[in-house]
Amino acid sequence: MTKDRFKNTELIKASLKQRYARERRFQLYGKLAVLAGFVFLFVLLFDIVSKGTPAFTQQHINIEVNFDVDSLGINSASTQDEISKADFSSIIKLSLRAMFPDVKSRGDKRQLYRLVSIGAEYNLRDLVLKDPTLLGQKKDVWLLAHSQAASYLKGQVTRAIPEVERKVKNQQMEWLDRLQDQDRTKSSFNTTFFTYGDSREPELAGIRAALQGSFFTLVVTFLLAFPIGVFAAVYLEEFAPRNRLTDLIEININNLAAVPSIVFGLLGLAVFINFFELPRSAPLVGGIVLSLMTLPTIIITSRAAIQAVPPSIREAALGVGASKLQTVFHHVLPMAMPGVLTGSIIGMAQALGESAPLLMIGMVAFIMDVPGGVTDPSTVLPVQIYLWADSPERGFTEKTSAAIMVLMGFLIVMNALAIFLRKRFEVK
Amino acid sequence: MQGSEKMNAPQSVAYGAVPDEAVGLDIHAHSDVSGYETTGSPFVGNAKMSARNVNVFYGEKRAIMDVSLDIGENEVIAMIGPSGCGKSTFLRSLNRMNDIIPLCKVQGDICLDGEDIYADHQDAVLLRARVGMVFQKPNPFPKSIYENVAYGPRIHGLAHSKAELDEIVEKSLRRASLWDEVKDVLDQPGTGLSGGQQQRLCIARAIAVSPEVILMDEPCSALDPIATARIEELIDELKERFTIAIVTHSMQQAARVSQRTAYFHLGKLIEVGDTKQIFTMPAHELTENYITGRFG
Repeated sequence: MTKDRFKNTELIKASLKQRYARERRFQLYGKLAVLAGFVFLFVLLFDIVSKGTPAFTQQHINIEVNFDVDSLGINSASTQDEISKADFSSIIKLSLRAMFPDVKSRGDKRQLYRLVSIGAEYNLRDLVLKDPTLLGQKKDVWLLAHSQAASYLKGQVTRAIPEVERKVKNQQMEWLDRLQDQDRTKSSFNTTFFTYGDSREPELAGIRAALQGSFFTLVVTFLLAFPIGVFAAVYLEEFAPRNRLTDLIEININNLAAVPSIVFGLLGLAVFINFFELPRSAPLVGGIVLSLMTLPTIIITSRAAIQAVPPSIREAALGVGASKLQTVFHHVLPMAMPGVLTGSIIGMAQALGESAPLLMIGMVAFIMDVPGGVTDPSTVLPVQIYLWADSPERGFTEKTSAAIMVLMGFLIVMNALAIFLRKRFEVK
Repeated sequence: MQGSEKMNAPQSVAYGAVPDEAVGLDIHAHSDVSGYETTGSPFVGNAKMSARNVNVFYGEKRAIMDVSLDIGENEVIAMIGPSGCGKSTFLRSLNRMNDIIPLCKVQGDICLDGEDIYADHQDAVLLRARVGMVFQKPNPFPKSIYENVAYGPRIHGLAHSKAELDEIVEKSLRRASLWDEVKDVLDQPGTGLSGGQQQRLCIARAIAVSPEVILMDEPCSALDPIATARIEELIDELKERFTIAIVTHSMQQAARVSQRTAYFHLGKLIEVGDTKQIFTMPAHELTENYITGRFG
């Protein structure tokens, strides 16, 4: 007997080595998997951040603008209306020619005019509208650089690239060098990226319209999906009888969560736009479509959260004579709230990042104006990213990455909020 | 639930179909009691609650068989028996707590002050205000101590002012002999108390709505001996005002706190009698085997 026991100990000892080796190997695989994940994430983030950061600076060129009354075709007695209709691009051209008198040929002149953004004329117009005494004077004004000129000033395009392969020509580079020598260029934080809508010109394109569109869309989504989702979950979990019908509903909800989002877009197009004739491209329709998409997520997570509330709490409430409704709303739902909120916020984050269904309902249109309400035509952040990614200009490449950074920033904030709320409302 | 619908399945069939969930020794050897009759005295003159031919089903399974038992006014009745014998199920059917379990069906008559509590016009919410309950595991709400006690009176509209509510809370906590320990921390969460304090808080919560009957489902099973002793003292004091039915696994506890004891076995009420008599001279063989520790 003792001999047998001794033998067993030996056998166990012998197997131990192998068992521990297996465990170490498994841990190693785990660490490798985590590491690989981090590497991919880092590469992705590095790529986006390195491409996107230049978009957060903008380049200005200082031009001595000659507010020449004759070129503008107005005078100091002109009304505001006449001023706003005047051709301010003419005085930019005039001033540029004055600064570079050696530029003679038509082609060269055209290149010279290309140093300044076409948006600059509107800045000048606003200046004159604000201060009509400028008319007839000469004044140094910082004007927004054209995106191609800016790409040289930012150092993205250099002379190392053969001239035929770049939009900024050698001549323009020389002019820009001269301006730089005279301290007539400056780089500053790109505030207009957050205040302008979309534009055909990269230097004038901003994400304000898309941000506002996303905001309105999410508001509609939340207002629809949160109450409907939570109440559906409460009803199904606490009140509905368990039978074939509720089983069928449960299966369908789970299936809906797996339906490709573009299908919801087609549904939205067919039902809300074609049948109910709601406005096209509007956050209202986008919000309804996204709420349909988010509902299953909210219902499923809310049901799980409600299920996780210990039955002893329900018994305690019922035991002192609370009605079923009081039990649910005084005790069960508050205890389930962290889970419900987490699920809802994750659902909303999903909705924020969704683009496919919105393409179907026309939110992919080129819209410059910042929407003022849920029925105004607008676009959303992911669709804006999609639109910019489609544009070939270098200026839009950096805008694309910058918009992705903004979108990811919002997603991180929302997920952090979900975690915060869960910790905050968690009951020990 | 179908209230007064009478049980009409032949009893012998149902007995054979009972799955054996009881733990312990060879119980089947002792459970050949088809057409059984409860030994002892299940009926009393001053019944507060009375059960007649009560059967409880969980789906197909019959958990309680033809139990008839009176609970006298201001008495403490203990229900003992091996695990799975149906004592908790019976207790929970006294305030319709089984209603919330799907597939659970109660047949027979259970009356509170002579009124059938399963009748169609009876309201379970009102009933549970009159028949309070304390559970096996302390289950205070994750709210302040004050809110725990004030919740019942508040939802029933028992207090008309803050002062009145304060008074009810203090009175209930005093009766649960918890006041002195918590009077300075009423706004602290009830879940932060010790196990024994939590259970006394649950008792305070139950008595805050001034029930007539308090059902206790193994109230001390999660507590240490000192906390148990305090609860037992408390039960002794509470019986002055309330009728108490307590389910317990501890025979010593049953002997200490109760005036009458009911012994359940495999869904049947085997024997009821004065506690002293049950523990000294049990009339039924199964009771004797249980209390002498031969199984259970």
